[in-house]
Amino acid sequence: MIDVENLIKEFGPKRAVNGVSFTVRRGEILGFLGPNGAGKSTTMRMITGFFPPTSGRVRIGDHDISEDPIAAKKLIGYLPESAPCYSDMTVNGFLRFTAEMRGMRGAQIDQAVAKVAGLCFLEGVLHQSVDTLSKGYRHRTCFAQSILHDPEVLVLDEPTDGLDPNQKHEVRQIIKRMGQTKAIIFSTHILEEVEACCSRAIIIDRGTVVANGTPAELKARADAAGSVLLRVRGVAGDTLKTRLGSLSVAGRVQIQDNGDGSLSARVFPRDKSTRADLALSIAQTATQAGWSFDELHTDEGRLDDVFRAITLPDSVKTRD
Amino acid sequence: MNESLRNIWTILKRELSGYFASPVAYVFIVIFLLLNGFFTFMLGGFFELGEASLSRPFFNWHPWLYLFLVPAAGMRLWAEERRVGTLELLLTMPITAAQAIIGKFLACWAFLALALALTFPVVGTVYYLGHPDGGAIFAGYLGSLLLAGAYLAVTVATSAMTRNQVISFILSVVICFFLILAGWEPVTSLLVRWAPAGLVDLVTGFSVMPHFASFQRGVVDFRDLLFFASVIVFSLFGTSVILRGLRGA
Repeated sequence: MIDVENLIKEFGPKRAVNGVSFTVRRGEILGFLGPNGAGKSTTMRMITGFFPPTSGRVRIGDHDISEDPIAAKKLIGYLPESAPCYSDMTVNGFLRFTAEMRGMRGAQIDQAVAKVAGLCFLEGVLHQSVDTLSKGYRHRTCFAQSILHDPEVLVLDEPTDGLDPNQKHEVRQIIKRMGQTKAIIFSTHILEEVEACCSRAIIIDRGTVVANGTPAELKARADAAGSVLLRVRGVAGDTLKTRLGSLSVAGRVQIQDNGDGSLSARVFPRDKSTRADLALSIAQTATQAGWSFDELHTDEGRLDDVFRAITLPDSVKTRD
Repeated sequence: MNESLRNIWTILKRELSGYFASPVAYVFIVIFLLLNGFFTFMLGGFFELGEASLSRPFFNWHPWLYLFLVPAAGMRLWAEERRVGTLELLLTMPITAAQAIIGKFLACWAFLALALALTFPVVGTVYYLGHPDGGAIFAGYLGSLLLAGAYLAVTVATSAMTRNQVISFILSVVICFFLILAGWEPVTSLLVRWAPAGLVDLVTGFSVMPHFASFQRGVVDFRDLLFFASVIVFSLFGTSVILRGLRGA
């Protein structure tokens, strides 16, 4: 549904987006990650037709956003970053206005507004002026606007920003439910959110896509991914290190003193093929040696680590 | 209804209701009517003139009255959208920028027309006191409305230039002031002393004054209509260029 091809955007001499390409199919939820200023919002603004790209193309369904903007925009629901609303209108008035702009008429408008008001918990404030709303309500009003016409493509720029944990959960549920039938792209800083609802994630840094895959694939790129952590009591560090290091499936072993009389050993697999057997071998070794251990698990890797490793500037990385 | 007309109508409705949702509209109308009355009856010497005409006591003041009131009414049109960020919302909806510009312009123009229409007691007064030329009054009103439209179109353009309403107001006052001065007699009589006649004509050609003056006299000339129409079209087109520039094209 969304086809982005080699998108470039320059503001004067500065290149904000530098050759971004990806596609989002129907039924996919794409998480859009990246540090501040990486070009996430600029990319989204080009997808929704607010910024014309310097070069490259965006196709929404069968329509090119530059050549056939009206038809393409009809398919899109968009929540801009700051969730702007017309503050001199009531919530009801604002939603009715957007419904009319989306080409709805009469009873259609009543139905659509009633539906999204229920979905976004806005019934209580429908006749209140947007001016007087709290941030969470204003945010949900703008979100309601984006799903009002049941669009096939949803572009959400930080949809859970500024919401409390319950509201965040609700919005995620709505996104997940709608993701079954639509193509959704949303940006966020919250990595758990990506794991919780995205079928795929893209990390963008300094205007280029630096990673693209399912959350599980991305996590596997973490340094610690695939390593096994074993926590034992009453065993000397050296013994631990030599015994575990001598396993045929094991590579590097790191020992860490937890300070409460227990030691943690992190065992990295020798190579990818030995990953699967690693935890079992360690468990057998520990039982044979009669070590008392209270924790043994395989690390899947953390998205945070991948994110940091990929997007930190090189200067910071070497300092670490 | 045609789709683009429908979009323009939707935007027009929203803008217009925006005026009346806040005290702005009422404050504006009251001040406009008070100033009109003050200028007509106190400074304009409506009664002392002793003629059944609105040309001098009433319409004469409009270029100056509008100079401040029209930018005040129109300054928020785009500046506010830019400040709050709703510009992004508006321009990602399935409408063209031209439809949005025209809708906003027409909404504010309709509002100004309403304010102007509410000066009807003045018309009643001349009819009560004498036998005025109805055609001349109609032409005067038409000219006044076009004058307001020209100022408004300039304000729409300056409003798109900035996210600050005050800057937008000042810019449009300055530009509209130029549109007056270029053809205002005290200025043109200075110019005539040293500039060749061709140059004087060129400069006055930019001014709203000679064009408005013929409406005031009761003459509806095609050339004057064309002048106001071209100021409006040029300014609104300029607005679309400014908006496109904003989006980094």
